Amino acid sequence: MTEIPMGTLGAIERPRRAVDVERLVHTLATVAGALILLVIIVLPLAAVFVKAFQARDGSFAGLANFTAYFGNPALFRSVWNSVWVAGLATVITVGLAFVFAYGLTRTRMRGKTLLQLVAISPLLTPSMLPAISLVYLFGNQGVIKDWLMGQSIYGPIGLVAGLVYYCFPHALMILVTALTLADQRLYEAAEALGTRPARIFRTVTLPGIRFGLIGAAAVTFTLAITDFGVAKVVGGRFNVLATDVYKQVVGQNNFSMGAVVGLVLLIPAILSFAVTRAAERRQRAALTARAVLFAPQPASFRDTVFLVACGLIAVVLAVMLGMSAYASLVKLWPYDLSLSLISYDFAEHDADGWSSVWNSLILGGGAAAVGTVLVFVVAYLVEKGQGPRGLREAIRVVALLPMAVPGLVLGIAYVFFFNQPANPLNGLVGGMAILIINTVAHFYTVAHLTAQTALKQIDGEFEAVSASLRVPQYKTMLRVTVPLCLPTLISIFGYMFANALTTASALIFLYGPDTKVASVAVIAMDDAGNVGPAAAMAMVIVYCAVAVRLITAGLNHLVAGRLQRWRQR
Amino acid sequence: MKLTMLSVAAVMAATIATPALAQGKLTVYTALENEQLAPYKKAFEAANKDIDIRWVRDSTGVITARLLAEKDNPQADIIWGVAATSLLILEQQGMLMPYAPTGVEALKPGFRDSKNPPAWVGMDAWMGAICFNTVEAQKRGIAAPKSWKDLLKPEFKGQVVMPNPASSGTGFLSVSGWLQGWGADEGWKYMDALNQNVAVYTHSGSKPCKMAAAGEYVAGISIEYTGASLKTKGSPIEVILPSEGSGWEMEATAIVKGAKNLEAAKKLADWAASRQANELYVNYYQVTAMPGITKDTPNYPKDAEAMMMKNYDFAWAAKNRDAILADWTKRYDSKSEPRG
Repeated sequence: MTEIPMGTLGAIERPRRAVDVERLVHTLATVAGALILLVIIVLPLAAVFVKAFQARDGSFAGLANFTAYFGNPALFRSVWNSVWVAGLATVITVGLAFVFAYGLTRTRMRGKTLLQLVAISPLLTPSMLPAISLVYLFGNQGVIKDWLMGQSIYGPIGLVAGLVYYCFPHALMILVTALTLADQRLYEAAEALGTRPARIFRTVTLPGIRFGLIGAAAVTFTLAITDFGVAKVVGGRFNVLATDVYKQVVGQNNFSMGAVVGLVLLIPAILSFAVTRAAERRQRAALTARAVLFAPQPASFRDTVFLVACGLIAVVLAVMLGMSAYASLVKLWPYDLSLSLISYDFAEHDADGWSSVWNSLILGGGAAAVGTVLVFVVAYLVEKGQGPRGLREAIRVVALLPMAVPGLVLGIAYVFFFNQPANPLNGLVGGMAILIINTVAHFYTVAHLTAQTALKQIDGEFEAVSASLRVPQYKTMLRVTVPLCLPTLISIFGYMFANALTTASALIFLYGPDTKVASVAVIAMDDAGNVGPAAAMAMVIVYCAVAVRLITAGLNHLVAGRLQRWRQR
Repeated sequence: MKLTMLSVAAVMAATIATPALAQGKLTVYTALENEQLAPYKKAFEAANKDIDIRWVRDSTGVITARLLAEKDNPQADIIWGVAATSLLILEQQGMLMPYAPTGVEALKPGFRDSKNPPAWVGMDAWMGAICFNTVEAQKRGIAAPKSWKDLLKPEFKGQVVMPNPASSGTGFLSVSGWLQGWGADEGWKYMDALNQNVAVYTHSGSKPCKMAAAGEYVAGISIEYTGASLKTKGSPIEVILPSEGSGWEMEATAIVKGAKNLEAAKKLADWAASRQANELYVNYYQVTAMPGITKDTPNYPKDAEAMMMKNYDFAWAAKNRDAILADWTKRYDSKSEPRG
């Protein structure tokens, strides 16, 4: 990169008019982004949370629901159970994900492509699948149940194990982003000064990724505390807040109480937000305009150690997947273990047969396309835009909301809001569009945080320089920011697609007669006692998601080869 | 080129945005079992060639929650195969359109809403039952239970699974059955003792039976339909209707107020109460709304109708549900799990 003599350029007066037009465009775009988020996130949630203050017949009840809920002795047990289980799952997940992410980004161990694919595999599986695997592995008829030494999988052990599996790729994705964007010069300088590796780690690596680490922990904790899928299957008699929501909404059709628990579940998310913001304030852009991207040097001992550690983690993840793949081929677990493909004849077990798989792919493609563009543009406006500061701050808060809301609550929220006779968008209900919008909203947070992390690590100097050169900011965005962020964009696309394929909790309230998706079919078949076909459909989802993943990985490779050539020295 | 792209986009947008509302299409919300959907649809459409059934199928709890949430702008035309208890809730909310199907008089009086015209009409009944894994029981030397009280025996410690009544209608059915059959004191005393033997309270009504079928636990408190169907698929279980009698529930049909395809909905309501339909129901359930319909349903326990609790009162169950669940939760949900 050519050095630009900053001193001379900084002195040039910028023409006022041009700046004003640009600022106006930014303001309008930010307002538009905020409006979209208002419609797809804030208003639906408002429509459901208002129920917390209503009696079941819809009359105003003040805080009566809260008094009733907090007067229940079962509550404190649920709160405490939720907090310690989610906390433990967070510590384990972030620890493992950090080792894995470090191995992927800062070493030259072999087999990275394969390891990465295995590592993100939980993201590609419907939540039913790890639950089926856990029971087959550690249940009372499980193949390795002795490993639990007499403890039952139904309870906190199963919950933590399932949650770590489920949250691992989310934490990994954030940490990989944080560890990828580092400045090689810092390390070269530290080494030139003879700094010991441990000290480099402490003074260069950790501060550089502090935001990523805290973000990963916040995301994991929030996901773990709101997840219902794992708790439903292996929670046993161990009550958590997420199952309380289910009991209220599905068990007793009490939306008011469901809304109360949903609001309680927002507290950890608000706390995480506060912590993330505090960390953010101290975070400087790690990748300045003159940065040289970090490229690890070979070091055989380090590389071997990380290969072994990451390999072990990958084996555990692969076993979880493999167990369900096996289950889908077994006739009748555990009494008739002969293999057959009959489970894959879905028309035998589900009225929609294979057509729900097709619906899932449409949903995935739609959500990925819409979601990637929306998330990135909005994140860009928030991080690099010149729109009103207050509005940008508000968008940040709203973007963090969806993750804290259990899918069940989000699904009901969409029905309440979009299905109102007065809502001009009520024609969408029952169609594919509402599923796409809901999915984008549901998985907004992690996608936003990923985009935000990437954007934050790109120095604001790029914009400053282009402003001095009188280059409109959109050109800088298209020529510098987007190419720099292409790997991130591709990863957001893959993330949205995979989640659209695997999620079900919100969609069960929204699919119509022609738009049932495969993940919903998995639950229905498992409900009917057809565990084999349920596992088979889950595996079809996995294969679709893997195919999408391979395509995005191929794209990434292409991008790395062409647009990111500057990364090489 | 641009034009083709545009038209492709337009077609895609149209297919995505407009849920079909064409003539002759009937949106049916249901909690019927998956295996029943195809035969039911085929038989109805054969009799009504101009109507196309479009299902939205989910578990009873989810379908009821959806219907309630969609109250202001119902998406469903008719509900076919959802628990009567759920329909009572919808009726209280004024969401059902009373309609007397042709020939409704022929159905057993207990199987239709007592009002005229009825808001809902029953189809068939299912009841609480014990799914008992014979292979696992033999390994542990446990004799098959004959009554609910047999489940209190010490050998069942940590071997009983039951749906959490706060999550599952099936769970509540059993609890309400015990309280109605034995009275509150004895009912709660029974549950106190049972709680000591229960390993897991599940969130789905069919799950305990599935867990018993898979040998995870020996006995699952569930419903007889699930047991019979799992046994037919090859699982080593017995379906036991306890001697004290069981709480029961019926599947029913009701037209949704504000149905967009009302005429078609009426035709389905008529057909659902017909002899032809009842002859279809009896393939899956022994007790049907129409008297005199019998068939040996595979692996189904004998004399099911006799084991249905005589005085089981839906209205009482609905009225006292919140109080019972609050009590139940306080007793068993807030305590840590006893070690099984």
